[in-house]
Amino acid sequence: MREIKVLGTGCANCRMTASLLEEVAREQAVEIRVEKVERIEDIVAAGVMRTPGVVVDGKLVHSGGIPAREAIAAWLRAA
Amino acid sequence: MTSLTAGARRWPRQQPVLFLALAALGWLLAYRALIPLSETIVAALSVERATRLGSALQFFFYDTPKVLLLLTGVVFVMGIVNSHFTAERTRALLAGRSEGVGNVMAAGLGIVTPFCSCSAVPLFIGFVQAGVPLGVTFSFLIAAPMVNEVALALLLAMFGWKIAMLYMGLGLTVAIVAGWLIGRLHMEDQLEGWVRELRTGGHALPDESPTWADRIRAGLDAVGTIVGRVWPYILVGIAIGAAIHGYVPQDFLASFMGRDAWWAVPLSVLLGVPMYSNAAGILPVVEALLSKGAALGTVLAFMMSVVALSLPEVVILRKVLRPRLIATFLGVVAAGILMVGYAFNLVLG
Repeated sequence: MREIKVLGTGCANCRMTASLLEEVAREQAVEIRVEKVERIEDIVAAGVMRTPGVVVDGKLVHSGGIPAREAIAAWLRAA
Repeated sequence: MTSLTAGARRWPRQQPVLFLALAALGWLLAYRALIPLSETIVAALSVERATRLGSALQFFFYDTPKVLLLLTGVVFVMGIVNSHFTAERTRALLAGRSEGVGNVMAAGLGIVTPFCSCSAVPLFIGFVQAGVPLGVTFSFLIAAPMVNEVALALLLAMFGWKIAMLYMGLGLTVAIVAGWLIGRLHMEDQLEGWVRELRTGGHALPDESPTWADRIRAGLDAVGTIVGRVWPYILVGIAIGAAIHGYVPQDFLASFMGRDAWWAVPLSVLLGVPMYSNAAGILPVVEALLSKGAALGTVLAFMMSVVALSLPEVVILRKVLRPRLIATFLGVVAAGILMVGYAFNLVLG
């Protein structure tokens, strides 16, 4: 089970990112749990300046804009 | 089928130079074909050019493809330029920079650093935390939305490069001076307490340097998201503009939006505040107003106010700024826009 956090104030890009993550995970049959982090304090504390940010298993892997499908697939593959 | 589309999507990345050359050529050809095409369409509709309906239709069919084409081109190029600048890099350039030089740099970087208004607050905090002076941060935050690629592309399409450059220069000036003034007022105590106490996590993203293929992808992505988002506004704006073109009498607006109406500039600024992120929809209307006797300064002030001052942004910023700093920010920027409006009306007759 991969723990994934999407950091963003709830804008359209953040919602798109979360649903794209779930879609790619389904395709690859990887079990994930997506948590949305919407408090500004928490977003900034994670070191994200441009939303949405993506944290996979506690590690910040992306910030700013909707991530590319291939990038998501690579995060999910990496153990 | 999937392999075909995947191939079609991959080739710009494998042959970046060829792709750029072909894209530029196709773009130029499309642009050259526009006027004859719009004439043909209007002719085919069998409406007299000289009639109101004819002139409105002409405006609509010519402006829509022209604006969308220029927007696509500018957004693509800016997407590539943006890929050279990240918020993290910009912050590193500005951290510890003295005021003055810092304000100028921040305003300039505001144009080229990718920025989305939903990131305004995290960006603001990230800058201040890293030691970017408050006034310098404001210069960035004012310039970034005001001098954006959509506004520049539309100005270029509708008013030509001189006005587009003028708008850019004045927008930068407002951002630099307003940020510098806010810095001089030393209002650091007007940040909300939690911002000052916050400790950010150190694990930043590794700084990657993208390849040309990545940059082209960034450009195409920008076209997809930005043009995809604003085109409905543009169509509505052009439709309203077309109606004004065809049906409002010449010089009708000269009396209340003209150069001699001193109150027109402040009124335009006030009207612009509640209108948010519709630079795309507002510009075609603005062009039509201009042709009916409105003054350029008034109209530019209106536009700057629409894109730089917005109620939703104020609501977001309230989470980090105390009311006095918000009021100062609004006051200083509004005053700057007012001066731009008056200066324009005074100089250009």
